[in-house]
Amino acid sequence: MDLFLQTLVSGFLKGGLYALIGMGMTLIMGVMGIINLAHGQIMMVGMYITYSLFALYGVDPYLSLFVSMPAIFVLGVTIQKYLLNPLLRAETILPENQVLMTVGVGMVLTEVMRFIFTSDYKSARTSYSNATFFLGEISFSVPLVIDLFIAIMMTVALFLFLVKTDTGKSIRATAQDKEAASLMGINAERITYITFGLGSALVAAAGTLLMPIFYLFPDIGGPFTRKAFVICVLGGLGSTVGAIFGGITLGLAEAFGATYVAMEFEDMIGLVMFILVLLFLPGGFKRITKI
Amino acid sequence: MKVKNRRMMTAPLAALLFLLVFPLFVSNDYYLHLMILALMWVMIGSAWNLLAGYTGQVSFGDAAFFGTGAYTAGLLVNHLGWSPWWGIPLGGVTAALLGLPFGWICFRLRGAYFALATLALNEIMRHIATIWESLTDGMVGIMILQTFYAPIDSPIGELSSKTPYYYIILFMAVFSVSTVIWVMNSKLGYYFLSIREDQDAAESLGINTHYYKMISLGIAAALTGLAGGFYMNYMGFIDPETVFSLHDISIMAILVGIVGGVGSVYGPAVGAFIMVMMQEAFRTGGFGLLDAFAEYTGSQFVATSASLITGAHVLGFGVLVVLVIRYMPNGVVGDWSRLMKFILGRFQRQV
Repeated sequence: MDLFLQTLVSGFLKGGLYALIGMGMTLIMGVMGIINLAHGQIMMVGMYITYSLFALYGVDPYLSLFVSMPAIFVLGVTIQKYLLNPLLRAETILPENQVLMTVGVGMVLTEVMRFIFTSDYKSARTSYSNATFFLGEISFSVPLVIDLFIAIMMTVALFLFLVKTDTGKSIRATAQDKEAASLMGINAERITYITFGLGSALVAAAGTLLMPIFYLFPDIGGPFTRKAFVICVLGGLGSTVGAIFGGITLGLAEAFGATYVAMEFEDMIGLVMFILVLLFLPGGFKRITKI
Repeated sequence: MKVKNRRMMTAPLAALLFLLVFPLFVSNDYYLHLMILALMWVMIGSAWNLLAGYTGQVSFGDAAFFGTGAYTAGLLVNHLGWSPWWGIPLGGVTAALLGLPFGWICFRLRGAYFALATLALNEIMRHIATIWESLTDGMVGIMILQTFYAPIDSPIGELSSKTPYYYIILFMAVFSVSTVIWVMNSKLGYYFLSIREDQDAAESLGINTHYYKMISLGIAAALTGLAGGFYMNYMGFIDPETVFSLHDISIMAILVGIVGGVGSVYGPAVGAFIMVMMQEAFRTGGFGLLDAFAEYTGSQFVATSASLITGAHVLGFGVLVVLVIRYMPNGVVGDWSRLMKFILGRFQRQV
């Protein structure tokens, strides 16, 4: 029973971070209608920013959120403005050119980081990296609990932003119907920049929060990109609420798979779930939650 | 897609003639190796193009079929003791056998969803090949003896051991391109194009889109599997990370198609040569020319930049990809007239 509870707790804690990753991707998916295959790589860049601040100036990883998020926001806006949006105007046979462009961007980001930081494993070991506390027999990792707390705060902030502010409403309107939104006087192109920036900043935040407990090398982006789209498909593409459920489901599934099946299957479980969801619940949790 | 006039046939035939005599004049192993790789990519690129360019179903998981073909050949040797050459035809069969049920399940998904499903298939196959150690030896990979490894005596002098491989893959590449031409000239081709242009309209005209998409995937998977079987024979070594690689196989297949020109018969063939040469040029610093130039001038600056370029070859490759998609979204063949106008326009202005 303890093992079961322990697995549940660790899966849930990890799921909080996954939700943050998934929400960034799903926002972009909702507004632009494309899958951002550079998502994990953008997160990796955010992690390197955190790492550099930690290694050079000894900045606490949690404090560096205030640097990594704005920096990656700017990176996201730049990618959208100069690389992705111009493709909309080109006449091509395949509509997937934007997706391919994100693949190229991901490659470039990975290689630039490899060029600067080499392929060595890096980590930001803080005094609290290995700290744990116990509730009964169940151990909680201190950084993961802090992460979950920050992730929840960010999610609430994001929802307030999307529901209450003018820009947030414009984002939701553009996601619903781009042309209608344009007719209502929304600058849809500007909204795409903001959305891509916002999505990137969210995933950068997730990367920064991972930094105290995780290691870092340039190729770390790919697996996280795959996790991100599994989360999005689980939740329903474009659904922010769904991404939270998707993230937690993936976290739990991975934790239970690793405990009860085998460690090697951890990565595969997400992918199998992905195919199963596509088959039996196309549209993901969005179908159930309707948001 | 009908070949409209004779002039359109001249360039491909001239290229084929050149390829046929190439190994008689060049016996350098390295150049032959590059040509063999390029021809292999012609196969994979053409297969991808049939599915993505003509039928409109973009696949991000060609490596799943390529790796299946390669593993078929390797496992036949390791477990049954057959000749690896059986692996080429059987590789095509197993890849198609993987592709058809996958297509049956996943073709109910459209556009980006289908692309994601292929990506997932790619990853699942890689994990299976890694985890199922009793069958595939996992990360250790499979190693077999190549059939041809010693130089071959012939009436016109000693030929490189790679020559037989060269002619085999040349034949297979020509076979693939002809298959695509044949399919696109048949009734099937019109069905495929109608699915790409508007699936709902095609459906309303009584075309069983699900069925024809599966046929397209089956042919593409089989061709890719054949290439995989050849790869096992030629390289003699495979492991999950190389043959099921997302970046080195699946994405490369897409790039070959995009750079050459999506939805054109010879686009992927041109793209394959461009991509293999580009990759190699970045990797070796302009085929060693940069190093030679540095030595010739004795300039420290050139030497440093040469080593930097070689060191960051994947970066250069990535930047190239971004630039091509940004400025030539229809590829070299698709944007040929625009490209020529651009170059000629420059030239005329200079004159």
